[in-house]
Amino acid sequence: MVATIQSPGSPVSSSGFDQSWQSPLDDLLALGRAAGADLVEVFLERTDHLGVLAEQDAITSVSPAFGMGAGIRVFRGERDGFVSTNDLSPAGLRSALDQALGMLGLQLLSNARSDYPGLGRLRDFAAAKSGWLGESPSLADATAHLLAGTALLERHGTHLQARRGSYARDWQEVLVAASDGTFARDVRLHQSLGLTVLAADGEHRSSIGRRYGSHGQPDQLLRWDADASAREVCESAGSMLYADYVEAGQMPAVLANRFGGVIFHEACGHLLETTQIERGTTPFADKLGEPIAHQAVTAIDEGLSEGAFGSLAMDDEGMEPQRTVLIENGVLRRFLSDRAGELRTGHARTGSGRRQGHTFAAASRMRNTYIAAGAHTPEQLIASVDKGLYCKSMGGGSVGPTGQFNFAVEEGYLIENGRLTKPVKGATLIGEAKEVMPRISMCANDLDLAAGFCGSVSGSVFVTVGQPHIKVDSITVGGR
Amino acid sequence: MAMPTATALGERLSQLASQQGIQRWDLGAACSTDTSVQVDRGEAKQMKGAQRSSITVRVWNDEGLVGVTSTSDLSQSGLERALSGARDASAFGNPEDRPGFSPLATAPLPALEQPCLPPLPILQLLATLKEAERQLLDRHPAIATVPYNGLAQRSSERLYLNSDGACRQQQLSTASLYLYARAEEAGRKPRSAGAVRLAYGASDLDLEGCIHEAAERTISHLDYAPIETGHYTCVFSPEAFLDLIGAFSSLFNARAVLDGVSLSTRESLGQPLAVPFLSIHDNGLHPGNIGAAAFDGEGTPTGRLTLVEGGTLRHFLHSEATARAFGVAPTGHAGLGAKVSVGPSWFEVGPTADRKGGQQGLDQWGTGGEPLVVIDSLSALHAGVKASQGSFSLPFDGWLVRNGERRSIEAATVAGDIRQVLNAILGFEGEAKVTPDGLCPQVWVEGLSITGEA
Repeated sequence: MVATIQSPGSPVSSSGFDQSWQSPLDDLLALGRAAGADLVEVFLERTDHLGVLAEQDAITSVSPAFGMGAGIRVFRGERDGFVSTNDLSPAGLRSALDQALGMLGLQLLSNARSDYPGLGRLRDFAAAKSGWLGESPSLADATAHLLAGTALLERHGTHLQARRGSYARDWQEVLVAASDGTFARDVRLHQSLGLTVLAADGEHRSSIGRRYGSHGQPDQLLRWDADASAREVCESAGSMLYADYVEAGQMPAVLANRFGGVIFHEACGHLLETTQIERGTTPFADKLGEPIAHQAVTAIDEGLSEGAFGSLAMDDEGMEPQRTVLIENGVLRRFLSDRAGELRTGHARTGSGRRQGHTFAAASRMRNTYIAAGAHTPEQLIASVDKGLYCKSMGGGSVGPTGQFNFAVEEGYLIENGRLTKPVKGATLIGEAKEVMPRISMCANDLDLAAGFCGSVSGSVFVTVGQPHIKVDSITVGGR
Repeated sequence: MAMPTATALGERLSQLASQQGIQRWDLGAACSTDTSVQVDRGEAKQMKGAQRSSITVRVWNDEGLVGVTSTSDLSQSGLERALSGARDASAFGNPEDRPGFSPLATAPLPALEQPCLPPLPILQLLATLKEAERQLLDRHPAIATVPYNGLAQRSSERLYLNSDGACRQQQLSTASLYLYARAEEAGRKPRSAGAVRLAYGASDLDLEGCIHEAAERTISHLDYAPIETGHYTCVFSPEAFLDLIGAFSSLFNARAVLDGVSLSTRESLGQPLAVPFLSIHDNGLHPGNIGAAAFDGEGTPTGRLTLVEGGTLRHFLHSEATARAFGVAPTGHAGLGAKVSVGPSWFEVGPTADRKGGQQGLDQWGTGGEPLVVIDSLSALHAGVKASQGSFSLPFDGWLVRNGERRSIEAATVAGDIRQVLNAILGFEGEAKVTPDGLCPQVWVEGLSITGEA
């Protein structure tokens, strides 16, 4: 049997997740509990996306998208089953619940009763956000600002072969209802802007990009300082155009603030998610209260910073976020936990249950994650290095199943005798968190954050990474 | 619940378009039913099911500009909103790049032998994966967990329709198994490796082969040592070489050429790109390509296309719009959008027939004291590849082979330039192997930079 394109039934309400959903959700949750589930959770979602791409001096793509769906998760003991569907009709939701129950050897019973008490009062985090979608930039505004951005790239750059500006607006309404009484609604509005250039001169090439993102700020695009962004991108591209390839080896490195924090996020942050404890893939599982980093390092994950890309009023399991101190002066203090993580590892939930959308079950994920500021100036860090690498801008990276990480350095400079000298390209930072964390010996006083996307078991979520300038005493630098 | 056929969906859309004064439109649609399981040391870790449906509608306005909208809402109101959204977006269409219908959207499709197999009950999937995990754990005492594993099956249908009457439809069933084991010995670092298998149904998956490969690869990395930084002759596994070619596929991508972000230019066609004995084809129709598409996002039939022959760049991958810009026919590599993306399907890499050159009889076990680096798998391609610059710096799992003995490399990266790689190929070892990404033998490349931790 093969899936076929089909029309869904009519959803309970197509205008939004209002009070009319409470009764059918109560029915659904009661059915799940009566069938023998310990807990049933329903996640409803409506989305509205706009993507715009400008290349050179033309809008080359406008990509609107909208949708809705549900994810139903059923727990029994430590096991769970999860089913997602685009069909929000009562019959569609019931069918999805039936399938999820079946995964746990349970089945819907027509006349069974349960002790399910019913949903409580709706906690509505969206009440003041109903205007966000309408207040965000119109398509005409978005295209005009992007074209202004690519024009500024042309003005500030040299040898530019390609200029790109991108804008994305992601609006999401979610409703979480669970048989433990959780009943909460929220609206999210994420916007991101990106500028990218490819500079080329003969055989010399450099490509540089920057992304700026916000949450809950409909007017972000209108307040964007496009000129400053374009200057920053063009200066980096110009610096790197004629850079030599870095010489490989072990050396000290100073990592700049903002997106430099991606290394902590990838190399250490993921290992502090209960998802990794469940898998047995973190070396820190039994290290609570023990030093895992240099005493200069305090690291925090929170969902509270106003306007930050990883902030949220509630997580995707209906829990309000917290400020979670992960590492304090080098000592491991806390793991990030979601509902399943708490169930399976015993670490209390931290408001970190997140998912890309209704097609994913929530998992413990980072929000705004950063290393706290220290007492030094960035210049002091650089002055402390005789010969090493200054990583002004990081590209992407990843961490493997054994904890080894690797990150591309987008913009790098040699440090010689305590001073920045020539630009170098092609560098990759390689290491393992438990070996590198104790080598972060100095943190500067210039903490700053940067928006990003994090892909993991529950899909791609909006996050913030950050740090002040930090010094790593020794790290492997891959190059030519 | 209504269950429209492709024809019925086309009629609904045609009516709605007519009501909105839209004369020219096309649509891509897909739906799927998925089930998957993961296990953890004999217990179910997660069981998932999903019913998904989505459409993308393109609309041409009176000025011939294109707008697009996507949705998962296939209700009447969803289709109406998608059409009106696409019409609104068309006001911002790019006058310099106006996609059209593919002239091949009604051409005959290739015949594919793709059995549509029925899905297995999810509890049967669970039992199968538990048994596979148990067998893998039993292969070696150091293999303590299989932290990344999954057994999944999918039934799907995709459509392409347009207002000129094109109607494409393909139904498919696929299944996949992956086992990624983690092994650790006392006082040593954890090591991991894995294997993947694809088939048209879960009952057809090569379980034993996947277990065996995952075990052998994991065990082979238990005895490891650091490697000295330097330049080495490298032997790429078929999977690793195909990953590298895929990461630099903008070399062959007409969209990237037109956008100025490819290393290739219009003038590159007919010019040498690689050693004179290398051939690269794109062939989504190869029988080894499980889940091959019969048509692309614009309805163009897929086929076999020569990209490189005798080391010379012969053709680019095209959509309708890029093909028109180059004065050639679309090649069946398009997506669907206002700006249509172009991408490869499935590579075939190997020696050019009747071309001499390249060292014959290469055998990594038969070399003398000269060390060889065997690159088994590359990591972090999304981060370590600068496609528009040609450079890469990538972590890899592999072995150092010397005097017929091999030892796993503790941690290392390989760095270089794709043009350098393509022109430093010494030859091929062994028969071409079918992988999920293509067909390729082992490929010897000299003089690549390896950074180790020794």
